[in-house]
Amino acid sequence: MSARRIFVPGDAGALAVGADDVAAAIARAAAAAGVAVEIVRNGSRGLYWLEPLVEVETPTGRVAFGPVAAEDVPGLIAAGLLEGKGERLFLGPTAEIPFLKAQTRFTFARCGIVDPASLADYRAHGGGVGLMRAAALPPAEIVATVTASGLRGRGGAGFPTGIKWKTVLEAAGARKFIVANADEGDSGTFADRMLMEGDPFAVIEGMAIAGLAVGATRGYLYIRSEYPHAIARMEAAIATARAAGWLGADCAGSGRAFEIELRVGAGAYVCGEETALLESIEGERGEVRAKPPLPAHKGLFGAPTAVNNLVTLASVPFILAEGAEAYAAIGFGRSRGTMPIQLAGNIRHGGLFEAAFGVTLGELVEAIGGGTLTGRPVRAVQVGGPLGAYFPPSLFDTPFDYESFAARDGLIGHGGIVVFDDTVEMAAMARFAMEFCALESCGKCTPCRIGSTRGVELLDAMIAGREVAKNAALLEDLCDIMKFGSLCALGGFTPYPVMSALRHYPADFGLAPAASAEKEIATWA
Amino acid sequence: MEDRAGRIAAIIERFQGVEGATLPILHAVQEAFGYVPAESVPVIAAALNRSRAEIHGIVTFYHDFRDKPAGRHLVRVCRAEACKSMGSDQVVQSLEQALGIRLGETSPDGAVTLEPVYCLGLCATAPNAMVDGKPAGRLDGAKVASLVEGFAP
Repeated sequence: MSARRIFVPGDAGALAVGADDVAAAIARAAAAAGVAVEIVRNGSRGLYWLEPLVEVETPTGRVAFGPVAAEDVPGLIAAGLLEGKGERLFLGPTAEIPFLKAQTRFTFARCGIVDPASLADYRAHGGGVGLMRAAALPPAEIVATVTASGLRGRGGAGFPTGIKWKTVLEAAGARKFIVANADEGDSGTFADRMLMEGDPFAVIEGMAIAGLAVGATRGYLYIRSEYPHAIARMEAAIATARAAGWLGADCAGSGRAFEIELRVGAGAYVCGEETALLESIEGERGEVRAKPPLPAHKGLFGAPTAVNNLVTLASVPFILAEGAEAYAAIGFGRSRGTMPIQLAGNIRHGGLFEAAFGVTLGELVEAIGGGTLTGRPVRAVQVGGPLGAYFPPSLFDTPFDYESFAARDGLIGHGGIVVFDDTVEMAAMARFAMEFCALESCGKCTPCRIGSTRGVELLDAMIAGREVAKNAALLEDLCDIMKFGSLCALGGFTPYPVMSALRHYPADFGLAPAASAEKEIATWA
Repeated sequence: MEDRAGRIAAIIERFQGVEGATLPILHAVQEAFGYVPAESVPVIAAALNRSRAEIHGIVTFYHDFRDKPAGRHLVRVCRAEACKSMGSDQVVQSLEQALGIRLGETSPDGAVTLEPVYCLGLCATAPNAMVDGKPAGRLDGAKVASLVEGFAP
């Protein structure tokens, strides 16, 4: 009789709540009971309020228990956990958990299901089909497929991926590069990390397809240093893929070369900006470059370069395998396909929810996320990371897509949603946005370098109650200069959280609520 | 005294032929010594055909690189928005009190360094910290106390 397969996530988010102890407790208890078990350290399914989520393989599919603590294990095993039976903490068939069942998982189809250490398991779950198809196609056809899918950059800018790739493909250059941006520094986002830890071969497959599509022979995967588990997982997966012939002189039998080199960041948020990231790979200070030239024309080491977000690249295997139509068939307006939305902060059901564009912010926060974890009323949600706007519940009817958020002076960014309850002080959050910008500014352009520090000073004065109306007007003017005068999104978008906080929560700044403040700030944006 | 210069030279040697090797070299130096020793800067500069000022500028640009070793234990506590929404300011205060040091400091006996970090990507189990490379989520007063207990003086 073969060993029973038990799944205990090795995802950093699961480890943070004790998954290693749970895995050790299960191994101990099974040994004591004389039952042979194989403990697979899978990725996370993305249901973080249920982590550590333990799954047991049964003849009728996987069943789940969670959240399991190490001290629960002896009792759960006595109640039949190893046979997939139980009552306490028993969640039934994993796939039937409503939070999972309601999702459309294209990009995260395998995350949390497969053994991330096994290429064979990846292939058994449909991985690699896209790459094999791409290997037999001429580059222009791969690009055309991605263009037809409507895929747009998942890093936040929302630029059509196919058009970017076409530019690189048609650019003249003795060599070309792919750069996968896994410098996921936005608070409230963890999709890149989850994917690298849970389905690393999807990242490699996406990068290899991109390489074949644009004629690049080398790809750089830039991961932030705050993600040590993802780095270790990707290093191992790259070695495995190389040994299997997916990388190297003959990439997946295409007759073309493609190699991946992993690079580790060093704690600079601004390196998530594509040109600062290129500087960092080149070994320089992570200072932003002026555009043009676009990286697609003159990028890494001066060569044509496709810089793509990690989730964008990992969305490509599905498109090649299932066809552009299958991806484009769902979505909302000009936002096609799915978006892995990350529910974070003070939220009951925090985790990753991959869905077609178009679901409203209110559905995400209240129905899917279950409201706040503290049980208090939601007061604000920040969408799109530290450079994203704060939305009050009165704007919860906003559909989640690029254009709808832009129309309300916000952005979806990398898809993170951070929920705050009614104890949040919005002036303090606005101040933090400026403080963070000052801390992380690369220093190249004046509006960002100096403006962020002046912004902190203005907000300090307002919080202390000094000349509030006058300082609010100055702050508005400063935000205007930062928005239109900064070289990149760090200085250019820091005004979003600041001005949205001021506009929607004037009383927190000591301003008269509603009409007057609304009018004062209505000219911005 | 170990041959530090020799070790630095050996690290640089490992990255011969790597394009844009500055960060990989600096990471390797910090891994070997726990920080980037000042004496390594001119050596790296010479190897990369750059000025000392340029390498110094690169080292000081990135938050990760230290100019002196951290404590024997390293606590990196998240200060970003998702953790703030779950009371990370309180967690920072508890850590400062329990360790008797402020954010950014190392305890006088060299046992612990307490540092801010801006997002560990664990935003659905906030508030979080990374303690000696291990993630710790859902921090509260009790968890902070048990973390601190684990640090031998």
